[in-house]
Amino acid sequence: MKYLILLMADGEVPAWSTMSEADQQTIMGQFGAFDTACRDREGVEILAGEALGDAETATVVRTRGGERTVTDGPFAEAVEQLGGFYLVEAPDLDVVLELLTVLPPYDIQVSPVVDTP
Amino acid sequence: MPTELDEVVREEWGRMVAVLLGRFRRLDLVEDALGDAVEAAARQWARDGAPANPAGWLQTVARRRVVDRLRSEAMAGRRHALLAADLDRRPPRVMADPGDLVEDDLLRLVLMCTHPALAPESASALALRLVLGVSTHDIAALFLVPEPTMAARITRAKKKIVTAGIPFAVPGLAALPGRLETVAQTAYLAFTAGYAPASGTRLVRPDLAGEAVRLVRTVHVLRPDDPTLTALLALMLLQHSRRDARVDDQGRLVVLADQDRGRWHYGEIEEARRLLAAPGLVGTPLPELAATYVLQALVAAEHVAPDSAQTRWDRVVDLYDQLLVLAPSPAARLARAVAVAETSGPQAGLEALEGVEMPGNHRLAAVRAELLAREGDVAAALEQFDVALAACGNEAERAHLRRRCSTLTGPGG
Repeated sequence: MKYLILLMADGEVPAWSTMSEADQQTIMGQFGAFDTACRDREGVEILAGEALGDAETATVVRTRGGERTVTDGPFAEAVEQLGGFYLVEAPDLDVVLELLTVLPPYDIQVSPVVDTP
Repeated sequence: MPTELDEVVREEWGRMVAVLLGRFRRLDLVEDALGDAVEAAARQWARDGAPANPAGWLQTVARRRVVDRLRSEAMAGRRHALLAADLDRRPPRVMADPGDLVEDDLLRLVLMCTHPALAPESASALALRLVLGVSTHDIAALFLVPEPTMAARITRAKKKIVTAGIPFAVPGLAALPGRLETVAQTAYLAFTAGYAPASGTRLVRPDLAGEAVRLVRTVHVLRPDDPTLTALLALMLLQHSRRDARVDDQGRLVVLADQDRGRWHYGEIEEARRLLAAPGLVGTPLPELAATYVLQALVAAEHVAPDSAQTRWDRVVDLYDQLLVLAPSPAARLARAVAVAETSGPQAGLEALEGVEMPGNHRLAAVRAELLAREGDVAAALEQFDVALAACGNEAERAHLRRRCSTLTGPGG
């Protein structure tokens, strides 16, 4: 199965800019450890994964009544601090949840990708 | 339904679901197929008598149905017919469970139903359905919701299991205790729904509480050394043992002190005491949830003393003090205040209630009213009884509160 893993909010991770260099290194190390853990796990593969630009760099495209508007920033009511994502192939949800314990303590949403045969 | 069928459904349902699921990993098909098999059995066994191996018979019929369905799905998908013919023999795809931890399909099934990614109220309903074979109709009645609501809830949970890839698996040994805690919490949720229904006319729903006890017992047999399950089973048995005495013949609430102790189930009380003395619960530091269940069970054990005069309320206060350190909750503070009132008088009880808040719950006001009445402050007590009556949704409890009011005002008041 494919899962989209969304790093939704900082959770217990302090804001990047407030962290010391050593702490930033630790966080980067955890991302590295996640890559390794996925590679070492049978049936698991990271298909894609990126860190995203800050919230203020996002652009919103909305169509209302056929009219398209392009505005600055994310939807306030939706994902405000989406920091990054992974697309992984994994045997089941428990494998994903177990691997995620390696990542820094972000608030994370795991959504299965709809499987169209 | 022939009695043999009734029995096998009651005793073997979870195991049959688990075995089929272990083989096919298709929750949707497995349950439908077993349902079909039971229907066929109802007709055939009534006519020809029950087979020698009722569970085996149902299993075989259900297995054929699943294979038929898989075959027609494959045909509909215009896949090669040979592939379909091979379905029955195909090994299951890779799962998280390496398979060498616990060879028990039933435990896998319980863990799947109570996966933390499912809403707890759906999880307990699903566990009653899949593990114990309780019908959706009965589960709806047990949880006091309309049948279509419950059917939708169970369907949603099953769909989530399939689409989110919640595995039919026993997690690694390191994660298992945590997962068994979820099992325990889910079962206790069902139990309390049966023990203290928030609405309706009946005071206790011993059937739901009984099913929840059965669920914990089933899992406890599989993991007898798990401290959380052991403590919870003891707690449930102690509370459940008083079921027949909590209500009188007219369906009226009977408070603990007035209960007919001859109607308690002493076998269950004894079993609970044995569980509480189990080596796994004594002398070792317990996981937090297990510790809270032990403390609550010890409180319940004080309440089943041979007569109410023997209840050591000072010990109860002490147990609640320990519980409040581990798991502070308004309900525990309320119960502690009741015990304080028994040891040190109603005024001390009222003081212990200060700062406790339970919005929307009638019990706080009911206890306060009771203590005020004992202090002789009838006016303030009646005021609090009014607050409690306004918040209480259970008819039997309301009747009890009204009876208490009338004893205060007297027959003429």
